[in-house]
Amino acid sequence: MKKTLKIISKMVRSLSERTIVSLIYLCGVSSIIFVFSIFFFVFREGAPFLRDCFNFKDFFMSPEWFPTSVANKRYGILAPLAGTLSVTLIAMLIAVPFSLGTAIFIAEFCGKKTRETVKIVVELLAAIPSVVWGFIGLMVMNPLIVRFTGAPIGLNALNAGIIVGLMSVPIITSIAEDAIRAVPDTYIEAAEALGATRWQTIYKVILPAAKNGLLAAVLLGVGRAIGETMATLMATGHSINIPFTNVFPYFHPLDSVRTLTATIAAEMGEAPRLAPDLAGNFPPEARHYQALFVIGILLFIITFIINITADLIVKGIKQKKT
Amino acid sequence: MKNISGSKGSKGALAYFAVIISGLMLAGCGGTKQSHESKLVIATSGSDTMVNLAQMWAEAYLQVNSNVIIEVAGGGTSVGIRDLSQGVVTIANASREMEASEIEQIKQKTGKTPVEFIVAYDALAVYANKNNPVDTLALSDLAGIYAEDGQIDKWSLLGINMQALGANDEIVRVSRQNSSGTYAYFREKVLLKKDFKMGSNDMSGSKDVVELVGKTVGAIGYSGMGYHTDAVKFVKIAGQKGEPGFEPSIENVTTKKYPLARSLLMFTLGEPDPATKAYIDWILSPAGQEIVKQTGYIPANAVTK
Repeated sequence: MKKTLKIISKMVRSLSERTIVSLIYLCGVSSIIFVFSIFFFVFREGAPFLRDCFNFKDFFMSPEWFPTSVANKRYGILAPLAGTLSVTLIAMLIAVPFSLGTAIFIAEFCGKKTRETVKIVVELLAAIPSVVWGFIGLMVMNPLIVRFTGAPIGLNALNAGIIVGLMSVPIITSIAEDAIRAVPDTYIEAAEALGATRWQTIYKVILPAAKNGLLAAVLLGVGRAIGETMATLMATGHSINIPFTNVFPYFHPLDSVRTLTATIAAEMGEAPRLAPDLAGNFPPEARHYQALFVIGILLFIITFIINITADLIVKGIKQKKT
Repeated sequence: MKNISGSKGSKGALAYFAVIISGLMLAGCGGTKQSHESKLVIATSGSDTMVNLAQMWAEAYLQVNSNVIIEVAGGGTSVGIRDLSQGVVTIANASREMEASEIEQIKQKTGKTPVEFIVAYDALAVYANKNNPVDTLALSDLAGIYAEDGQIDKWSLLGINMQALGANDEIVRVSRQNSSGTYAYFREKVLLKKDFKMGSNDMSGSKDVVELVGKTVGAIGYSGMGYHTDAVKFVKIAGQKGEPGFEPSIENVTTKKYPLARSLLMFTLGEPDPATKAYIDWILSPAGQEIVKQTGYIPANAVTK
């Protein structure tokens, strides 16, 4: 009797153990399933466009985006591509020095108490919803930029770049800090033993030793900046315009631009999803929706490449260490 | 032996999961049903221009018939028409006529013909910042500013000196996203179906256009006349260059002097059911049309067809 009870309790325990293990397994696998099904869905919606009317030159090299034109529908994404590039460029110009400085400060200079405070505040920065950032761009930055630069409108690449830059500070900071802290203490001790000053230690020893991790941090920040939607929709001015020209100064951050993500967000809601006729041909109005999904595929590929690269770089460091 | 108990374990987990999920779903259903149990819901969606008006009607109608709840959503005319064809809504609000292709699609999908009701008139207003000295623009000036081949990109080309205001000479064109009914109307009536010049600031809502113009000295934008605020002013519109311009107002629309007036419409699938019919009749009654006036639009009966 006692023996059977013991066996039963053992079986129950092992059963509940296995239940939980399989649940956790399910959760782990689910993210893979989600990623693949999202990609499948996005690709399926965009596929008819890729099959019937995709032309590399017209799609990537033309700024003419007129998906609802009456006479001549055109699907060129050069302008939003340039817009995304310009916003990301400005964002990184602002975010990288700020975040690396913060990371160095947190990891090497400050005491424990300050470190905790700064870390919490930086993480708080990440907790601000993007629509609030967009609102700041719209209401605060817009008049400031007009006043200080004399630009006709304050909703432009500079505005969105500053906003998105601040948004990517937390992610870059926290990964960069990890990378800096992962530099073995022996390196620093050796530098100090050789009589290096603190700045020399950071500049000549810590930063070179942590450079892969820092690069990964910046790449993830770039991914964040490219993917940002709501804040760029509100702060860029949402205008089809290429801010790069061949006259000095080549790049005009005070031009209104439009990003790839914002184009999808603004137009997807009203672009009709239409079925093909019996012969399998889509009506011309159906192409707008499909073209937006092709932009989605493009974004997916860009962020995928960036994240994979960052991941490989981080993995590289870990392998070196062990 | 080990293997068998393993597979049992995962099956058990799945069953457990299923029970939890179905429990959650049941609870969810019960909640929504109860709140609408005895009331009839008429869902409407569509034109962003009409959202404020539709919301006012919906609220006022609650006083008239408390057994009917009117749900109002915006999204744009195209969204409303799409929702109507998918049976998501009973009424589609539209700030433009339905296109032949859309009517055809609805007929194919549902077998019914959409029925049109003119519920109000709106003047598409052209707004400028209140500090901007611009007074009158001809339709051809607007086309020059907005159309793809238009040459007007500086206020000085219109004889307006922005430097006196300390503002940039460049005209900031504020427009709408390319699937909006207002965008399509402007393209048809002002640009004569030509495309817009690239580089306009494309806002996602009627109100956003007016707000941006109110904040930007050198901006010009178009939106419903009901969205006027203190930060902007109406630009008078002349049919031809050299003719006198007219402000969007009830009087100028009813006398057909203002060139950019349009009808605001509601569409139903086939003849509306009694409850919907009662609602639309009430909208067309003096009580409903009084709300049209209050929101800054023009009553349907004011304009002689």
